[in-house]
Amino acid sequence: MNFMIHANHLLVLFTLSTMLSMLWFLLSLLSLLLLPCLRPCFPAKGSLKNKKKIDKGTYVVGEEETPKELQRELMPRHVAVIMDGNRRWAKQTGLLTSQGYEAGAKRLLEFADLCFKLGINTVSAFAFSTENWGRHKIEVKCLMYLFQRYLKSKIQFFQSKEIRVSVIGNLAKIPESLLRTVHELEEATKSYKKKHLILAIDYSGRFDILGACKSIVKKSEQGLIREEDVDETLFERELQTKCTEFPSPDLLIRTSGEQRISNFFLWQLAYTELFFSPVLWPDFDKQKFIEALVSYQRRDRRFGSRL
Amino acid sequence: MAELPGQIRRMGGGISQLLEQIYGFSRRCLFRVISMGPTPCHIAFIMDGNRRYAKKRGLEDGSGHKAGFSALMSMLQYCYELGIKYVTIYAFSIDNFRRKPEEVESVMDLMLEKIKSLLEKESIVHQYGIRVYFIGNLALLNDQVRAAAEKVMKATAKNSRVVLLICIAYNSTDEIVQAVKKSCINKSDNIEASGNYKHEDRGSDIEGTDMENQEKKIQLVDIEENMQMSVAPNPDILIRSSGETRLSNFLLWQTGNTQLCSPAALWPEIGLRHLLWAILNFQRNHSYLEKRKKQL
Repeated sequence: MNFMIHANHLLVLFTLSTMLSMLWFLLSLLSLLLLPCLRPCFPAKGSLKNKKKIDKGTYVVGEEETPKELQRELMPRHVAVIMDGNRRWAKQTGLLTSQGYEAGAKRLLEFADLCFKLGINTVSAFAFSTENWGRHKIEVKCLMYLFQRYLKSKIQFFQSKEIRVSVIGNLAKIPESLLRTVHELEEATKSYKKKHLILAIDYSGRFDILGACKSIVKKSEQGLIREEDVDETLFERELQTKCTEFPSPDLLIRTSGEQRISNFFLWQLAYTELFFSPVLWPDFDKQKFIEALVSYQRRDRRFGSRL
Repeated sequence: MAELPGQIRRMGGGISQLLEQIYGFSRRCLFRVISMGPTPCHIAFIMDGNRRYAKKRGLEDGSGHKAGFSALMSMLQYCYELGIKYVTIYAFSIDNFRRKPEEVESVMDLMLEKIKSLLEKESIVHQYGIRVYFIGNLALLNDQVRAAAEKVMKATAKNSRVVLLICIAYNSTDEIVQAVKKSCINKSDNIEASGNYKHEDRGSDIEGTDMENQEKKIQLVDIEENMQMSVAPNPDILIRSSGETRLSNFLLWQTGNTQLCSPAALWPEIGLRHLLWAILNFQRNHSYLEKRKKQL
């Protein structure tokens, strides 16, 4: 009898221990599955303090890694951007206009860096138009000072990332200090080939075409070219975008919802895909850029001929 | 009893005529309201999507372009009723010559037929007093089309109420190169004519080599004057149908500050609502653009 009771107890204990070990096994399996998901969620997205850390984490995905929505072979070679909306962003966030421009400059560097990581060779940005001289004098002065300070401070950054920087535009009216910094930056980065950042400062598409025209006139008078040789290919080589192997952007992005070219590249945009984003420039982050690239990769570029 | 179907048909015709008149009247009232705000002076259209329309509807090749022509006539009517003085259309690009020869030929035949129809008394040209320009490298067209185009330009030269610019065998880059060449020729003619220029310049404050002085002679206005599109002001709105958002080598020089619209509808499907939407957007941005123009 006792033996039976003992056996019974043993059986119960055995069953209980088996169930407990199974439960323990299940729990450990569950925790192995759940914890890796929980860990990255810890640094809250809304936290401003950690924002820089998070940005680095999401941008630095390795030189070769392409987001799953995109195809590497369909990446544009040259992306141009009209960085519109800095002042409106500053107003919305309750900051000064100069802080809006600073945020815009920072966004540009992040944008360019992201482009190069995705395999895009050339990035051009419309920093200052000839028409912008009509803005308030103090605002223009502040902008020129920002360009000079920012570019000077980033020379090492461009060198470390091996980014060639070119500045195109009239450059006749910009302050001496900025002109010196531009020359210094161009000189320091001229040997890099794979990544090219073109900044358009005091640039106008029409004046670019006029400049090419004048250059052709000069060359024809020097006997270097004949009038009958002047065609579209020759003309394109005289534009300010001659500094790059890909003068025509494949994609142009303009932020802040305005749907105009505003006298940025005119000739060069003949077959460029245009993308207008309602987002203000300082808010144009990686996700928004991927949306633009997805839209670009879906487009059927026919260049006037095939269906 | 045999008269009944005829009577029904006449009644049906009468009703549809009445409906058309009511629609036309309400449309004109709507236009009056819209015209109270700033109205664009010049609208340009890229008529994209005719072939896709034909494919979508299972029509034969070429029918898409015919449907596109009807859509164009409606658009022109709306524009002129709204008081828009200049309308430019991208009919045929130099790049389009690279399409299949049969397609190019059928498009050329259609254009010849439609260009000739412009000279008829009942055509829209006479209805609205349109002056027609054909802009492009007309030498690339076949003789018949070119001759018809020149005839229409000559016949409508005296009209001045509204203007229709038809870009045919046109590429903006080609237009710019031709304008640059013309400016250079004019400039060298001017230098030959004014042989005393160098002598006069010695007394002036402007210093510089002969080359620089000659360069200074070519200004933005010289190139602008020699553009074929200089007969019209820059477009206020550019509408490209079929949802594609690119310029395709159309009016690159002229659209620096133009508002760009790209409705998803294919060209034969384009309607009044797309035009109105573009104009309302134009009116929304107009005051800001005027302010910027004054700043310059």
